Amino acid sequence: MAIAQGILDIALNTAAQNDATKILRVSLLVGQLTEIEPASLRFCFTALAADTPAAGAELEVTVVPLTGRCRDCGGEFAIDHYRFYCPECNSAAVEILSGRELKVEHLEVE
Amino acid sequence: MEIKVMANILDKNDQIANHVHHRLSGQGIFVLNLMGSPGSGKTSLLEQTIAALKEEIHIAVIEGDLFTSKDAERIEGHGVPVIQINTGGGCHLDADMVQSVLDRLDLDKLDLIVIENVGNLVCPAEFNIGEDVKVTVLSITEGEDKPLKYPLIFKQASAVVLNKTDLLPYTSFNMQAAVEDITSLNPHVTLLPVSCRTGEGLTVWYDWLKEQVAAKKQLKAVNAACK
Ligand SMILES: Nc1nc2c(ncn2[C@@H]2O[C@H](COP(=O)(O)OP(=O)(O)OP(=O)(O)O)[C@@H](O)[C@H]2O)c(=O)[nH]1
Ligand SMILES: [Mg+2]
Ligand SMILES: [Zn+2]
Repeated sequence: MAIAQGILDIALNTAAQNDATKILRVSLLVGQLTEIEPASLRFCFTALAADTPAAGAELEVTVVPLTGRCRDCGGEFAIDHYRFYCPECNSAAVEILSGRELKVEHLEVE
Repeated sequence: MEIKVMANILDKNDQIANHVHHRLSGQGIFVLNLMGSPGSGKTSLLEQTIAALKEEIHIAVIEGDLFTSKDAERIEGHGVPVIQINTGGGCHLDADMVQSVLDRLDLDKLDLIVIENVGNLVCPAEFNIGEDVKVTVLSITEGEDKPLKYPLIFKQASAVVLNKTDLLPYTSFNMQAAVEDITSLNPHVTLLPVSCRTGEGLTVWYDWLKEQVAAKKQLKAVNAACK
């Protein structure tokens, strides 16, 4: 619910700044390593957006896969099965490159 | 018309969390966000910890709960300051809720604030609340499959407490699989098997916690000296 409210706030503010009166679509980037369930997010968003310029807006979710970089050998790779070891050198010094996103990417307005 | 936005949805919460963290760090207070499933033993662990350490460490507790003050009453019984936050059905604490109660604590007198989050393996993991570390409690009765089902909360944790080890003989919990999954997700995690019932393993947890609190105090002293 709090995340849906965050999305709505960003969408409404951005629309107002751009003198838009209606929000048609909100596109999100959601990392694989987040606890977001698109169906329940849509449900909450639709409920909150009623009676706002975002009423009826479509929530488009693009899932960003989990990838990492090894700080020891510099290798970049997909992180499968949440295994945070480098597949090249087996180092545990793996930083997340993508997969933690929770972003409003763009809006379609009129 | 299409508008490019690229805004972080949790920005507002993270900003408040940074304020909270900054304020408490300035006082040298170590802040722990205690998370885990309903019934995993968060309050039990806290009660044991307070009973064991309250003479050495000045502890205060913030209790997040959906509707009740049951946990806060349990903590109150141990004679340390406790503040109740009811989320009114909200499944996690956020930084604003924590910020809004800070003035009710006598911060000059504290070394450690433990914030017991709402029992839930999902949402609390996404919301920073100004903590230094997150600690996740997983109890033996929940099953060893939980880390890979709810990876974020185990990835974010500095320490994972595996509670209710007294029940190991009565369950099919596979400790080796649990340890492998958690360390594969989070290679630098501290794993602490304990039983709040028998006391097994608790001294290792106390030592870990005391070390964190001491390190925070030292950091404050260093910062003060360098000013
Ligand atoms: N056998 C056994 N039972 C335990 C242990 N630790 C806690 N319990 C029991 O587990 C139940 C739940 O413990 P709590 O400490 O209330 O759990 P919690 O995580 O604070 O629960 P919520 O705040 O409701 O999410 C209680 O009945 C405890 O007595 C343990 O190490 N062994
Ligand atoms: Mg509790
Ligand atoms: Zn490597």
